[in-house]
Amino acid sequence: MKKTFFSKSLNHRPAIVGLLAISLLVIGASMSRSLTKYDPVQHGDLLTERYLSPSYEHPFGTDKFGRDVFSRVLYGGRISLTIAFSVVLMSITIGLIYGAVSGYFGGFIDSVMMRLLDFLLAFPVIFLIIAVAAVFQVSHWYLIPLLSLTGWMDTARLVRAEVLSVKERDFILAAKGLGFTHTRILMKHIIPNCLNPVIVAATLKVGEVILLESALSFLGIGVRPPSPSWGNIINDGRQALLNAWWVATFPGIFIVLAVMSFNLISDGFRQALGLQK
Amino acid sequence: MARYILKRLGISLLVVWGVLSITFLLMRLAPGDPSSLYIRPEIDAKTVENIRRQMGLELPLWRQYFLWIGEFMRGNFGVSFTHHRRVSEILAEAIPNTLKLTGVVYFLQSIAGIVLGVITAVKRGTKLDLFITSFLLFLYSMPGFWLGLMAILLFSLKLGWLPSSQMRSLYVSGGFWAESLDYIKHLILPASILAMPFAASTARFVRNSLAEALEQNYIRTAKAYGIKSWKILFQYALKNALLPLVTLFGLHLPFLLGGAVITEHIFAWPGLGTITVNAIFAHDFPVILASTFIAALTVVMGNQISDFLYLLVDPRVRTGLSKN
Repeated sequence: MKKTFFSKSLNHRPAIVGLLAISLLVIGASMSRSLTKYDPVQHGDLLTERYLSPSYEHPFGTDKFGRDVFSRVLYGGRISLTIAFSVVLMSITIGLIYGAVSGYFGGFIDSVMMRLLDFLLAFPVIFLIIAVAAVFQVSHWYLIPLLSLTGWMDTARLVRAEVLSVKERDFILAAKGLGFTHTRILMKHIIPNCLNPVIVAATLKVGEVILLESALSFLGIGVRPPSPSWGNIINDGRQALLNAWWVATFPGIFIVLAVMSFNLISDGFRQALGLQK
Repeated sequence: MARYILKRLGISLLVVWGVLSITFLLMRLAPGDPSSLYIRPEIDAKTVENIRRQMGLELPLWRQYFLWIGEFMRGNFGVSFTHHRRVSEILAEAIPNTLKLTGVVYFLQSIAGIVLGVITAVKRGTKLDLFITSFLLFLYSMPGFWLGLMAILLFSLKLGWLPSSQMRSLYVSGGFWAESLDYIKHLILPASILAMPFAASTARFVRNSLAEALEQNYIRTAKAYGIKSWKILFQYALKNALLPLVTLFGLHLPFLLGGAVITEHIFAWPGLGTITVNAIFAHDFPVILASTFIAALTVVMGNQISDFLYLLVDPRVRTGLSKN
């Protein structure tokens, strides 16, 4: 089954392009130290190295402190992608467990958990995130729990719907008949059979989280300077848009590339798994 | 049906209460005592105590909570740390401007989204469909704040065609028409930048929904009757395909307001978003919390309204609910 899934994904050409782009980004971000000799936070010479336009020496130019923008974009990619992957991993895990438990046990437990979910889904989380991040001046690693705890609800609903259909199948009845514990049935039989739509949703979510984090960082309440992230480098570039267009332009291109790639990969997975939009 | 409406209303009330409580909690946990605004080093300890008593800070926490909720519900959001004015006054100036911007955005995105959605649904599977769909995906992946900056760089700074900030020029002569033209010029960039991702998502939605409607049996029947294809499209298929757009409004609302925060900030549009972002930079907590609360309330109410509208326009949902 695995083999057909991957070979089908391989047939979806845009998804391959996306996968290649993401691989390049991840490799570039993780090898930033050897790709450039400049340090992302070390100031350059403030008299001679401020706002240098792109050149062989500085492919993306330098910013107001004479820092190499290329190295900041690569290093910022490391932070942005780490946050995005961790948030998706955490929120998918929470959503998976919540949805599976709710759908599997059904009855009273299910209706209580679904009421709570309705309540949380109606919550305007974007504004809460802005308020919390603004009031608490969080360091960027706190963004991971903040965004995860506010982003698992749609996954939970998706998983519950899937569990409702899986749990009626004969092999679950067989597992119950064999006297397996609930934990074992959930972990080994129910959840693995609900993963398909979750994979598609998770890939899409990586892109969403990248956009959200970059917007927060742009506003100065996500990743805070001097640590670079794609969003806050763009904010740096905003101050000198006309004289130094390169500072704001390049990190934006990286965001578009990353988000679009994840959207394409998600489309490919969806097609390979035979799921409807 | 009445039960359903009551249930939805109940959830909305709970959410509003939840937002209020979280706002209170954030206010209490925010660094700096609320009384610090009035307290200066030259004031003696007794006056400090008086001020604190007047502000209700000596009361037990639960009483503060209820007093505070009462004041908040009545629209008293306290005094801004930086403007030294009532937060409600500041909001009253800003909210109409945000409504103007988001109203225009919603109008623009609906037209663009529906037109593109209809084209791609009718031409589905063709090169044109593929081209438009890919372009929409590209738009969808774009961070709005970056697109805004790039538009300013190109259209304002390099070409000098459109103004990059504010809502109107300081001095405009030439009467009503010149003023209107000036206003529209200021509106073009922020409104179209903010409308783009929503247009993309609406178009995607209309495409799927119309494509599904076009496959239905009643459309085949209409075709067999020899009814003209444009009539089938507009009179039969589109009517049904556009109904669910009502729910899309509720789904879009939080992102519309969230996007307005950033777009207004970039274009210095004097609305709720600019005020919020400036308050974030100045650590002006009363303003941050009040505008967060207003935005949250709008989202909850918008969801509620779009839910009820859907009940009104779609007879299937209505009858489905009364059967249960």
